Amino acid sequence: MTDDIIEQIKQNVIQGRMDKEDEGFDGGMVGQPGVKELVQQALDMGTDPRRMVTEGLTEAMSIVGERFEAKDYFIPDMLASAETVGEAMDILAPHLAKSGMATKGKVIMATVKGDLHDIGKNIVSIILKGAGYEVNDMGADVTPERIVAIVTEEKPDFIGLSALLTTTMMAMKETIESLAEAGLRDKVKVIIGGAPTSAEFAAEIGADGYGADAFQAVRVVEELKQRS
Amino acid sequence: MPREGVLVHRIYERLSKDQMERIHNASMEILTRPGIMCYNKEAADIFSSFGAKVNALPSSGCWQVSIPEALVLGALETTPKVVKLGARSEENSLILDGSEPRVYFASGSETNIWLDMRVESFVSKSDGSVEIKLATFHPRRGMLADLCAAARLGEHLDNLDGFIRPVNIQDEDITEENKDVNKFFACLNNMTKHIMAGLTSLDKLDEVVRMAELIAGGKEELRRNPLISFITCVFKSPLQLVDDTTQKCIEITRRGVPLVISSSPQGGSTAPIKEDGMVAQINAEILGGITLSQLVSPGASVIYGSVPTRAGLDDLADTYGVPEFNNYNIDCVQMARFYGLPCYSTAGVADVKVPGIQATVERLFSQIVIALCGAQYIHYAFGLLDKTATFCPVQAVVDDAHIGMVKSLLRAPKVDEVEVAASLEQIRQVMTTPNKLFVRYIRPKLRSGEVTLPYPFEGDKVTDDVFIRAHERMQELLKRPVEHIPPETSERIFREVPGLLPRLNTYREG
Repeated sequence: MTDDIIEQIKQNVIQGRMDKEDEGFDGGMVGQPGVKELVQQALDMGTDPRRMVTEGLTEAMSIVGERFEAKDYFIPDMLASAETVGEAMDILAPHLAKSGMATKGKVIMATVKGDLHDIGKNIVSIILKGAGYEVNDMGADVTPERIVAIVTEEKPDFIGLSALLTTTMMAMKETIESLAEAGLRDKVKVIIGGAPTSAEFAAEIGADGYGADAFQAVRVVEELKQRS
Repeated sequence: MPREGVLVHRIYERLSKDQMERIHNASMEILTRPGIMCYNKEAADIFSSFGAKVNALPSSGCWQVSIPEALVLGALETTPKVVKLGARSEENSLILDGSEPRVYFASGSETNIWLDMRVESFVSKSDGSVEIKLATFHPRRGMLADLCAAARLGEHLDNLDGFIRPVNIQDEDITEENKDVNKFFACLNNMTKHIMAGLTSLDKLDEVVRMAELIAGGKEELRRNPLISFITCVFKSPLQLVDDTTQKCIEITRRGVPLVISSSPQGGSTAPIKEDGMVAQINAEILGGITLSQLVSPGASVIYGSVPTRAGLDDLADTYGVPEFNNYNIDCVQMARFYGLPCYSTAGVADVKVPGIQATVERLFSQIVIALCGAQYIHYAFGLLDKTATFCPVQAVVDDAHIGMVKSLLRAPKVDEVEVAASLEQIRQVMTTPNKLFVRYIRPKLRSGEVTLPYPFEGDKVTDDVFIRAHERMQELLKRPVEHIPPETSERIFREVPGLLPRLNTYREG
């Protein structure tokens, strides 16, 4: 029974079906439980939340990743699946804490000062959450001061900074300098991304990594995590 | 269910109703004065017996025929407004309805040159560490095996709705005597879509029809599901009814097989370069052919076939990549619609000899526009280069993707009460979410085909690999199986239809 429900969670994550209102790929699945309902059902049945994460959510995302590489899946599919995992993680978080299973790490996400474009940052947030990270999304137009304050308070492992405009990308440099001035630079890894940025620019301003897209951002986070 | 093609929601038209009537009147005048020069005696007799004024011109070896408007209008009355083009698999049938702008795309037409592509590596002279891969193109004479490959490829091109052989078979053992049966069998045995072709030798007509009857399951079945059709260009422009093709038109019509009656004048050399003059003339020529067909066999399924081109200014060759080509063709589609007849039209030919930027611009230019005006059957749309002298299968694979995009472009918008209500609900729903993204809603539309997939031949962002990727795609498609003619039918065809080359027999041992 436990195996069955974990398998159902896995299949629904692969389909990106959030809840029973979701019609699924072929439109005929309205009314059937989605990830939200299934995770709750599994908890009610006493299923180990750690198994749900490792055998359900993680395995499902691995299959989704393979399908994306094979071009069977597109970004909307990845995002839908990642969203279901994020939702499942929100439900499971208190139970995982009780069972001693920590998240993969805490990430602060922000679009930098002066920039209101947040689509890319939102997508990275969803994918990171789907990959098992705890994500605190601070929104757009976030000043260096606010970032210093939240790093001081929440002690994240990573900061993801986004900018779409050439006129705002220098705020990334300003943010990194502010972290250094506050004595926090070696306490957190900074990853940047956004249309006008590049790996060279990241190196130039002293960031720890650069993600050309959401998936590369996750890979960079994983690599930095392994190195630390 | 026949193939869907694409039903164009709002057609583009150049000519106003008054202008179409003016063109019609001009065509009627042309058919009476100067009339047509008819080089086929039977046709002259037929016209004469139905009241046309016919004068023998012994010095020219022809008859001057003045066709009165009443004869043309009477013929238009009996000409079917809907023509079914059947197929070996009936779900691949096409319904050409003169009153409905449902567009089908087809290949064509008998080039002598087959253009192979190879992927080669080139090293930079200035920096030996820089190596790039490029497509190189290599022309050669087209052969029977190439025609089989083109049909197999066409079977797997999703947007190819009908097939006209794109390559002339020039094998040493192909003669005038056996060409028709072999070219038709090569097509029919390697694809299940509609096969349309010109006829090389009139005396092979019955053998080709017999082959089709055997595949269809008998004479009546072939009438119900005409899986082959013919094309005859009865006129040599300007206004000369050719003996050979006219006789073919008469005989094909008598056998009840659908027939495209086409004309292909060249604006500037064999027709006026002016749009009105060109269209009035080609319209007169096509109507002259249609009239003959209906006098021979009232109710015969014929299609208004327009292939007007413009003279090249450097060589007087047919030119396809110029705006005038589109203007002439759009007008012809409108004239066919004016009479309620389905139109066999033309788009997608590049004047340049090899695939590339010029070819893409020239082909898309006409593919979009001619489809937009609602031509029912657009031939020449796959792989043709060098003003129809060359066929490149890799180009056909690229065209298939582009035509898919054109079809998506022309679909009707879904704006009604239900759709708008669903969108409003979607917007309200998304506004309650933290990320405010509509991405989730792409998925069902992607799966249903309403949202188009990414460009299939995109490179790695820094190189243009279109032809390299299309080449890979072509190789993959050619490896896929096709449904051949069943063994017992194939055996009967080989027994009853003379001239078939044994190497075409899929079931031959050894």
